[in-house]
Amino acid sequence: MTTTQRQSPPAGAPTGSAPSGPASNRRAGGRPKLSEKKRDGIAGYLFLTPWLIGFFVLTLGPMLISLYLAFTKYNLFTDPEWIGLDNFTRMFADPQYQQSVQITLVYVLVGTPIKLAAALGVAMLLNYRSKGTGFFRSAFYAPSLIGASVSVAIVWRAMFNADGPVDTGLGFLGVDVGGWVGNPALVMPMMILLAVWQFGAPMVIFLAGLKQIPGELYEAADVDGAGPWRKFRSVTLPMLSPVIFFNLLLEMIGAFQIFASAFIISSGTGGPAGSTNFYTVYLYQRAFGDLQMGYASAMAWLLLVVVGIAAFVLFRTSKFWVHYGGDLK
Amino acid sequence: MTTLDTELAPVLPVTGQKQRVPKWKKRSTWATVVWAVVLVVVVAVVLYPLLWMVLASFKPSNEINGNVALIPEHPTVQNYIKVLQGIGGIPVYTFFLNSLILAVGSVIGVVISSSMAAYAFARVRFAGSKLFFGLMIATLLLPFHVLIIPQYIIFQRLGLVDTFVPLLVVKFLATEAFFVFLMVQFIRNLPMELDEAARIDGAGHPRVFFSITLPLIKPALVTSAIFAFIWSWNDFLGPLLYLNSTDKYPLPLALRLYNDQTSVSDYGATIAISVLALIPIALFFFIFQRFLVEGVATQGLKG
Repeated sequence: MTTTQRQSPPAGAPTGSAPSGPASNRRAGGRPKLSEKKRDGIAGYLFLTPWLIGFFVLTLGPMLISLYLAFTKYNLFTDPEWIGLDNFTRMFADPQYQQSVQITLVYVLVGTPIKLAAALGVAMLLNYRSKGTGFFRSAFYAPSLIGASVSVAIVWRAMFNADGPVDTGLGFLGVDVGGWVGNPALVMPMMILLAVWQFGAPMVIFLAGLKQIPGELYEAADVDGAGPWRKFRSVTLPMLSPVIFFNLLLEMIGAFQIFASAFIISSGTGGPAGSTNFYTVYLYQRAFGDLQMGYASAMAWLLLVVVGIAAFVLFRTSKFWVHYGGDLK
Repeated sequence: MTTLDTELAPVLPVTGQKQRVPKWKKRSTWATVVWAVVLVVVVAVVLYPLLWMVLASFKPSNEINGNVALIPEHPTVQNYIKVLQGIGGIPVYTFFLNSLILAVGSVIGVVISSSMAAYAFARVRFAGSKLFFGLMIATLLLPFHVLIIPQYIIFQRLGLVDTFVPLLVVKFLATEAFFVFLMVQFIRNLPMELDEAARIDGAGHPRVFFSITLPLIKPALVTSAIFAFIWSWNDFLGPLLYLNSTDKYPLPLALRLYNDQTSVSDYGATIAISVLALIPIALFFFIFQRFLVEGVATQGLKG
């Protein structure tokens, strides 16, 4: 079974994962007594019970509660007080909120493309030869597994601190920035480097996608006299576009949720000067530091709406640049 | 190292042009050497932080800052002795035990609940299955921010804050759609004939599930179990929200204690416990790296 799994194409195409439908579950023999349809219905809902409870009690229900709280003032101990749109108007006058939106956007919109470019570059490097790359693939993947952990955040902070190895190393090259952690201007590059360091997960997905591109396409391009850049632009990129789309969606959503590393590097303050005050950190502080549950719920819902619109736009524009041809089965 | 990297990078596409070799797959020796050098340099840069971390944990605190050298000049286990003394009167093994309970509980919960849901979606025909499958996929993209506040309120009302229940119950209810999706994909790749044969012989869905589906999706179960373990082991926000007493802290919260209590000049112990906290993940990684990397490659799971 393992082999079947390994040979299957990557789930690179989100649209390709539509349910295969009830037709796939046809049974040869008829059954007397209780109709097959009824038995299937009962079995289906029995198997789905844990998920259904989870969905209604821990996902849909909470979403509605959160939506209601977004229009209230609520501190967990007294009853929620309906205040209409006040939470939302407050956001537009809250400089700390604006700052957190700004740095989160910079992190997502600058960090994600760099990370994906690194992932694609290294994937192409690994795809250059088909044998003997297993070690490298695993080594590059390792940071993705631990990158969001507190341990790595601590190490990152130690490495980029004043007199840490990065600072000292740059000192040898004649660059003296005096520590990245305490410098509001350098915290963002440091956080983006931490994100880029975890390029392994999208790289593995790119690599699986690259292996699906038929070699004949490159041979044909060779015959037509195409150079490496031309082959990259006209064969690799279009053939890989479903995988790029999938990675872009996944990584951007992941980047919006950055929390532990920012929280640890700033010791929970969002500092210095608010430079690690990412959306999730600020939301956490408002909700659980100041018990402004209503305000924080409004922030959460605004994020949901914005992410929803962004995903919608990405899906709608995807038809202009994502090619679902005979590329991925 | 970085300069070497940028020097070599532009060389590669040129050598990839291979005028003399007609076949696409064949490479010249020279190109292969350049390729290998570039790869080794990139790997060195990527692994440097991990290597530095492990070796720094054996350096006296005053040696950690101020030099880039990897090898400790005066190796010491003092940092580890300090870690073993615990923090705030709590021995360090308590944090490991708490992490272990949460991680093992998560694995059990995820494997049971996700495989059940996946079987229902992939193999049972019932009204509403398409709708629920769509909703399940939608929750893959849902930012968790809209859930943490109301979920906290619910568990607080139930008096379950400062227990492991909120952290574990979500796993037993298949709320992590990634795992359900991974298993659905896997079950759909299994031949339908096996199920049909069993059902003609009179086996019901529970029988098919236990005797046919579960044994066949073992690779997917293992992949899910490893990821469930690692995600739980690394989880910071969940324990931060729900656990207040220090003796219930799992490792990430304990690390935070060390991180916030020690001054910048005394990183030794903090780095040492960070290394200890990563050891179980490192073990999983070395034993199961194929499962992990293949899981990512085939299902797009992220670490």
